[in-house]
Amino acid sequence: MNARDLITGAQNTWCPGCGNFVIQFALKNTIAALGKEGVDTDRIVLVTGIGCHAKMADYLNINSFYSIHGRTLPVATAIKMANPELVVIACAGDGDCYAEGLDHLVFAAKRNTDITLLVHNNRVYGLTTGQYTPTSPLGFRGRSTPSGTVEEPFNPLEIMLASGATFVARGCTRRMDLLQRTIMEGIRHPGFAFIDVLQVCASYFNLSDYYERSVYEIRDHDERDFEAACRKAREWDYNTDAPIGLGTIYRAERPTLEERLSAVRGTETDREATIRNVLEKRT
Amino acid sequence: MLFGVLFTFMEELSVLIGGKAGDGINSAGMVVAHLFNRMGYRVYMYFDYPSLIKGGHNFAIVRAAKEKIGAHRSQVDFILALNQDTIDFHQDMVHGKTVALYDRSKVRAEGVGIDLAQILKEENAPPVMGNSCIIGAFAKAAGIEWKVIEEVFARQVPKALSLNLRVARRGFDGARECCRIATLTSSALPVISGNEAIGLGLIHGGLDAYVAYPMTPTSNILHFMAEVAESHDMLVFHPENEIAVMMMALGLGYAGKRTAVGTSGGGFCLMTEGLSLSGMSEIPVVVVLGQRAGPSTGMPTYTAQSDLQFALHAGQGEFPRLVVAPGDAEQAYAWSDLSLQLSWKYQVPAVILCDKTLCEGFYSFSRPDFKIPRIGLPPGASPGPAYARYHLSENGVSPMLAPPRQDTVIKVNGYTHDQSGITTEKADIAALMSEKRQKKGTALAGEISSLNPVVVDGDTGTDTALICWGSTTGVCREVAAVLGLRLVQPIVLSPLPEKVLQDALRGTDRQIVIEENAEGQLAMLLARHGIRPDSHIRRYDGRPFTVEELEARAREVLA
Repeated sequence: MNARDLITGAQNTWCPGCGNFVIQFALKNTIAALGKEGVDTDRIVLVTGIGCHAKMADYLNINSFYSIHGRTLPVATAIKMANPELVVIACAGDGDCYAEGLDHLVFAAKRNTDITLLVHNNRVYGLTTGQYTPTSPLGFRGRSTPSGTVEEPFNPLEIMLASGATFVARGCTRRMDLLQRTIMEGIRHPGFAFIDVLQVCASYFNLSDYYERSVYEIRDHDERDFEAACRKAREWDYNTDAPIGLGTIYRAERPTLEERLSAVRGTETDREATIRNVLEKRT
Repeated sequence: MLFGVLFTFMEELSVLIGGKAGDGINSAGMVVAHLFNRMGYRVYMYFDYPSLIKGGHNFAIVRAAKEKIGAHRSQVDFILALNQDTIDFHQDMVHGKTVALYDRSKVRAEGVGIDLAQILKEENAPPVMGNSCIIGAFAKAAGIEWKVIEEVFARQVPKALSLNLRVARRGFDGARECCRIATLTSSALPVISGNEAIGLGLIHGGLDAYVAYPMTPTSNILHFMAEVAESHDMLVFHPENEIAVMMMALGLGYAGKRTAVGTSGGGFCLMTEGLSLSGMSEIPVVVVLGQRAGPSTGMPTYTAQSDLQFALHAGQGEFPRLVVAPGDAEQAYAWSDLSLQLSWKYQVPAVILCDKTLCEGFYSFSRPDFKIPRIGLPPGASPGPAYARYHLSENGVSPMLAPPRQDTVIKVNGYTHDQSGITTEKADIAALMSEKRQKKGTALAGEISSLNPVVVDGDTGTDTALICWGSTTGVCREVAAVLGLRLVQPIVLSPLPEKVLQDALRGTDRQIVIEENAEGQLAMLLARHGIRPDSHIRRYDGRPFTVEELEARAREVLA
């Protein structure tokens, strides 16, 4: 049903100028392109957390699991484990994925589950009206830090490289075509694909001009070289001024969680036989 | 300790085996249980251990009787001591004829001493085989024939069988017969833990996946399921924490996999946000909640029934849930099966509320003689563009499909949503959806009432009833029989089968509620349904009631 209208009738409530519109279009176009390549839209499942990003579940007319704050990845992982034929895309926010649910992010990378994660990283809590997140710069004045934050941000790309992610990339809502290509690469990547999407928050942290000045498309970079990837990831620390590279930073191949699980899985399907066998051993 | 006088027949027998953690006391207790099992007895084993890996004092009490039992006694007939504590700590469990068998190289006691250190050295056997040796000595002292040991070891001692048998034989030859236990005619039964009964029941009910993070007293379900999954087609997964456990269960459920999770109170705290999501998104999940003594870390390896109110109310907002509290291995098997089925039929979370006593106790087990009903799923929806995951139906239950289905968009949502699963904040839809969930609860309650959710036992003609729930059922059954009381055990606690319960209590003018908690959590629940028992017996020291203790407490209340 690839001719399906990929946008639902739900009223869109993102602020005018919100970077989420760009991500939505990029995702919609990607899904449409996948459909043309024969990836049945019925096989795609979108999992979201809670936050502005998560409204994607209401707006895209595809299978979706609108989960709770921070818990996008365990749901997405489980859906993929349950049925590896499904194409699972997870959308999470930076507060969602880097604060509330950071444990799951590290483990998703460690496991190399074959899912694609887009972190809508606007570096601020939008839906709760403007508090700092783990990627807000030092000194960020938000509703919970009126005198400025007293913590430096962390670099999610470095965390992902350290955790064993096999696909690490960055996109920006100011560069939609590149973002769309990166998402497609992530979905095609057999393993955990992590894409940090620098997203403009029109209401609470509008970095449009800053990103416009700083971002560039990564070229002449060996994305299979882990050390080079680490250097590229460290080029910008999410805090101080530096060029911000966009595109794929690292790519490696490793067996996925699903492959490894299926290799050790039992084959008996007769429940009676299994129960009788256990009881016999216990007699 | 007095030395045993020859007695040749006993209706039942209790054996305490103790040592330090690492001595293999649990396994040794199981071997003793299997000796009795082979001789036609029904057995129950209580295992008591502190929260440590090596050292400390562990003991198992194995009780054998002609009929099925689910409790231990205050006194034992044999003590098998691998450490001095086993003699010193259990003096109050000794009676005039108790026989002690002990490791003479470590323990000072009266009775039959065996020099385990010497024997193990001569046989070049590792220290853990000391328990085989003392079991051999016990068999001789109890007049159990050597061939029974051989049979049981061959089946139950998986490693180094011949060396274990040699060591056991040295113990056997080194002891003297103090009595002769009669062999009964009944055939041996499986001896399984409550945890295993729950696991098997879930498998029978159609389980596809089990997800858990280790936590006493349900870790052994995880271990058991992982072992079963080596041959059986089932996903068993141990993720980073209980939050992930619950969320994975919901992801699996969305994708059509019947999933259960296991934990104790602390882990369940972490799961409650996901439990509420289960309620809102209507994704079924079964939670095995093994209670232990709290609050907080409490006494991790000791028992309690103090999470009933928590299980009834966990999770924000209002949504129907099934809570069942089986009382023994057979009920655990049957109601784990039913919980999974009901959870899927009504698309609600289910909690199997058990405790350390049931989970880690071992029971002679036969599959329930009643046929566990097969509960069908609601009529299937047709896939297609018109499919709505939360279609409003007569009884509130919507047809559930799992992706992928052709031309079908399947949306689940933790926000208040419309029939298609899209977020809404409209007042009229919010009210309709709340009513939808309430209707499911009503429908579930209707079905529950036909599933014998309340067990009545003991003397049904009497005007005094003991009311119990969960693992105290075994001890209450015995006490009710001794004192000629009626026993009423509600297995389903949510939705509480109020009418069935009232019928079960009809004709009683005195009701005593037995609970292993301080606040009377079942009594509170009953009171909300207009049942106000007049007496209570409560225990909250982490230890289960013995038959004698409960009998004495019941006599005090009745006096």
